[in-house]
Amino acid sequence: MTRSRVMRSMGVIGLVAAMSVLGVACGNSKSGGNGGSGGSTIAFMGAGTGPDAQLGINISNGAQLAFNQWTSKDKKKYTFTKYDTQGDPTQASSQAKKVVQDKALVVIGPAFSGESKTADPILEKAKIPSISASATAVSLAHQGFKYWHRILSNDDVQGPGDADFMVKTLGAKKVAVIDDQSEYGKGLGDAVRGQLKKDNVTVSPSGTLDPKGTDYSTTVNQIKAANPDTIFFAGYYSAAAKLVKQLRKAGVKGHFVSGDGSQDEKLATQAGTAANGALLSCTCSLAVGSSDPAAQKFEAAYKAAYHTEPSTYSAEGFDTMNIILQAIDKGNTTSAKINEYLKTLDYKGVSKPIKFTDTGELAGNLLFFTEIVNGKLKFLGDAKSSKPVNGG
Amino acid sequence: MNLTAWRSLLPSIDVLGPLSRFWARTPGPLRIVVYVLLVVGALVLPAQSIGSFMSPQSDWSAILFYPIGIYILLAIGLNVVVGQAGLLDLGYVAFFAIGGYAMAKIGVALKWDFWIILPVGILIAAAAGVILGAPTLRLRGDYLAIVTLGFGEIIRITANNLAFTGGPRGISPIPTPPSAPNVTLGGVHIFDFGGIDTRPFYYLVVVLIVLAIILVKRLERSRVGRAWAAIREDEDAAEVMGVPTFKYKLWAFAIGASFGGAAGVLFASQTTSITPDNFPFLLSMYILCSVVLGGSGNLLGVIAGAFLVAWLPERFRGLADYRTLAFGAALVLMMVLRPEGLLPSRRRKAELAEGTGGMGALGGEVASAAAQSKGMDE
Amino acid sequence: MHSLNFWPSTVDGLTLGAIYALIALGYTLVYGVLRLINFAHSEVFMVGTFAMLFTLNGLGINKQETGIALVGLLLLSLVVSAAASGATAVIVEFVAYRPLRKHGSSKLAALISAIGASFFLQEVFALRYGRDQRGFPDMMSDPTLFTIGGSEVNLSKVLVFFGAIIMMVLLDLFVNGSRLGRGIRATAQDPETAVLMGVNIDRVIMLTFLVGGLMAGAGAMLFGIRFGITQYNVGFLLGIKAFTAAVLGGIGNIRGALLGGLLLGLVESYGASVLGSEWKDVVSFVLLILVLMFRPTGLLGERLMRARA
Repeated sequence: MTRSRVMRSMGVIGLVAAMSVLGVACGNSKSGGNGGSGGSTIAFMGAGTGPDAQLGINISNGAQLAFNQWTSKDKKKYTFTKYDTQGDPTQASSQAKKVVQDKALVVIGPAFSGESKTADPILEKAKIPSISASATAVSLAHQGFKYWHRILSNDDVQGPGDADFMVKTLGAKKVAVIDDQSEYGKGLGDAVRGQLKKDNVTVSPSGTLDPKGTDYSTTVNQIKAANPDTIFFAGYYSAAAKLVKQLRKAGVKGHFVSGDGSQDEKLATQAGTAANGALLSCTCSLAVGSSDPAAQKFEAAYKAAYHTEPSTYSAEGFDTMNIILQAIDKGNTTSAKINEYLKTLDYKGVSKPIKFTDTGELAGNLLFFTEIVNGKLKFLGDAKSSKPVNGG
Repeated sequence: MNLTAWRSLLPSIDVLGPLSRFWARTPGPLRIVVYVLLVVGALVLPAQSIGSFMSPQSDWSAILFYPIGIYILLAIGLNVVVGQAGLLDLGYVAFFAIGGYAMAKIGVALKWDFWIILPVGILIAAAAGVILGAPTLRLRGDYLAIVTLGFGEIIRITANNLAFTGGPRGISPIPTPPSAPNVTLGGVHIFDFGGIDTRPFYYLVVVLIVLAIILVKRLERSRVGRAWAAIREDEDAAEVMGVPTFKYKLWAFAIGASFGGAAGVLFASQTTSITPDNFPFLLSMYILCSVVLGGSGNLLGVIAGAFLVAWLPERFRGLADYRTLAFGAALVLMMVLRPEGLLPSRRRKAELAEGTGGMGALGGEVASAAAQSKGMDE
Repeated sequence: MHSLNFWPSTVDGLTLGAIYALIALGYTLVYGVLRLINFAHSEVFMVGTFAMLFTLNGLGINKQETGIALVGLLLLSLVVSAAASGATAVIVEFVAYRPLRKHGSSKLAALISAIGASFFLQEVFALRYGRDQRGFPDMMSDPTLFTIGGSEVNLSKVLVFFGAIIMMVLLDLFVNGSRLGRGIRATAQDPETAVLMGVNIDRVIMLTFLVGGLMAGAGAMLFGIRFGITQYNVGFLLGIKAFTAAVLGGIGNIRGALLGGLLLGLVESYGASVLGSEWKDVVSFVLLILVLMFRPTGLLGERLMRARA
């Protein structure tokens, strides 16, 4: 053997050894992670990592809090397992199959509408009931699913509700409606446009922008030329921050209203003072600063556990888990029984009263508002009774 | 710190060199045995016992189909363009998208069968390759890179803007291939495409990959393959020697595009719902990574590269956030230390050592001038 | 179809175009000398924007500054951004290009190496500072200085436009008037002769990257004034646009970069106004493809040596 050959063989041996150590280490750390025995896993499906992780974490934190507070003697039998989809529809579909393989009892989620579209059909085929705390696409309810539910109203409620709020509470006469061309933004924007037209309010300008772009001067110029009294943006907070910043810099006054995609304190940290007074709607309820004792208790417990205020969808995650635990407490220990139980459910959650219709939608149309006040989210409550802090 | 000095360290950790030399000496019949073993391995791969190690946190057969299988098919296609013809295509995802939308649109609007749409989608993607290539393939190599990047973005933005493609909502539900639920093979309903089980789709993608490999291998040894090698090494010389370079570059583009189209059709039919977000620029980058890391030009290397690029982030999910960082660093390091890839084709290796093989040497004149000045100093 | 909004579109198109032009210089200079698209240049720009953000945060700016304090703040931001971008450009050259150049690697390898460097830099910032965009503190009030055809022109737009022009004039003087600039031009024209005449190639290449980086840093600072926001991938689209501008004007040509940048800014602005913002990027990509097909040498011709033409 020549010297270089010896070196080479040693390289091979070293590599193989390293790989086997790696394999063993990983094999050990992962075993028992998802190993729920049949029908005892309460699964959460949503983003735990990736760019949209925060919303998923808000939900799973709420759910985890409820699970930790559960005092049943059967608690040991059940596990709460998180399936990380990274908010990606293709990953959600393989995670849904994993949920089916693990014989989960019930699913909290999937969190977003996009991933729901790929994951829900799989859960439906496997007859596993699912309750989403956050997916609001209208079409999800129109697929004839029998095991699907959500505990917040859909985009069809949000759009018209936003329009009504702008017309009735803000007294809007002329509204600029801009969307971000995303699935969510376009749907919401079109719903707002439709309702405003019904209310005989002028929509001008009506346009779109690229959420990944930086220069929104075209949109700003159109708005400036039309001079509306209210601007509605349908999209997510990062584009909303850029838009409101450039609007205020160009001297555009008027209310800035947006939907749940922008309901995040990052809107304020990114846009600075320009974000103050922005009004944000959501069919979810922040459940902070409430007069309801149960909601106050939730807020305090959440703060104690996570050292932060409950955020978007936390209260819904909390309620969803409590509904499931209540079902189990009442002796519904199979997927089929839980699904039956959900049909008769009448539950007073910290976020809102919860009842399901035949299609799995939340009964009753509920919309809530928050406002950015001095860089912080301030919960205003139900849309009909919301009063903006800064004028209105 | 002298990076070039690191090269001298490499031979001592070169574990793959002996393997490739062994392979070169292996006689034909033995090779066939190895191929058969590989196919059998591919068939039993989705087994639960393997999956529990390979992807403990997801359904293994679903992962095997996408991203692993689809990435491999895409990488084989991009390898024709980048590895064999030496053209840098940064917008390869466009052809994947075109195949996907062809399946979705024709399947939903005309209700055609998957098996008819598959060849149609391939043809549409190939046509798109020709349409993009015809005006741009006369450009210099680096201009081509930026034009293809632009093309990839144009396709995605257009799909997002047009009502015809469903805008940002995309298209769903997309029909699955016709099923024959009662046919089983080893306990698997291999033609049941409507169920939860992804294995039928996995086997389908394996079949497509095998066909792709056979096609590419045959092309490589044909007149076309030799023309590509000539273009890659020195386009001007090839032109002078009478190789119609433009024609063969167009062929490479069309064939590469058609593989992308096939992958797109299959992908759309399996996920049943596609949106423009399924086709980001990053995907082009990941596939390029697969080709380059594995060893552009060498099929086995490219397949191994695609497998790693698709599988590693799934296996080590906690580290998935570091994926792009690692790929970025790997690309630079590979180009600096081992530009021929982990499993290089011997021909490519020789070309790269000469500083040819794709668009000529970097700053050709500058390098030679610098070498000259060095000579003068001594 | 929407209305063109001619004057506001023109003002905003020129402002954005000036930033494109500054970034385009980096592409043009490097291409002139190495015949290479420096793909990592967009990240050189990105680093500059973060440098400005850190400067403002480090100084604890939380209110609008005026007078001398504001001028000082702007100059300091300019210096820090330019230095950060310049240093990044030099490091990229040293790590991702020089070893390949020494080894006589293929251009394909250099391009891939550049893409790798680009993604690496992006991810370093994404992992360190998050994937969310970051807002700059509101450092200056932005009064309207004058109006053209009914369009208000703010202080920030004037600063951006004339700032960019001044930087470009300085660069033009440097390349055409100084000894070091002559080295760059000589290498771009004929590297072999340049070496024989005693030009140190490595130093010239490093200088080229440095100068391109400084300009991108200046562009980053002006971008910060205009948009007040940054993100780890802010350079990606801007970089492609700036490259388009460089090609449009004639790559390798400094004055071409200015012309190309302003022209691209205008075309985009008008195109977005008429077709809708969602088509903005398609407009510039199509323009790029058309230019490459019909006039691949750009409007002012290609090489650095013809900068005087």
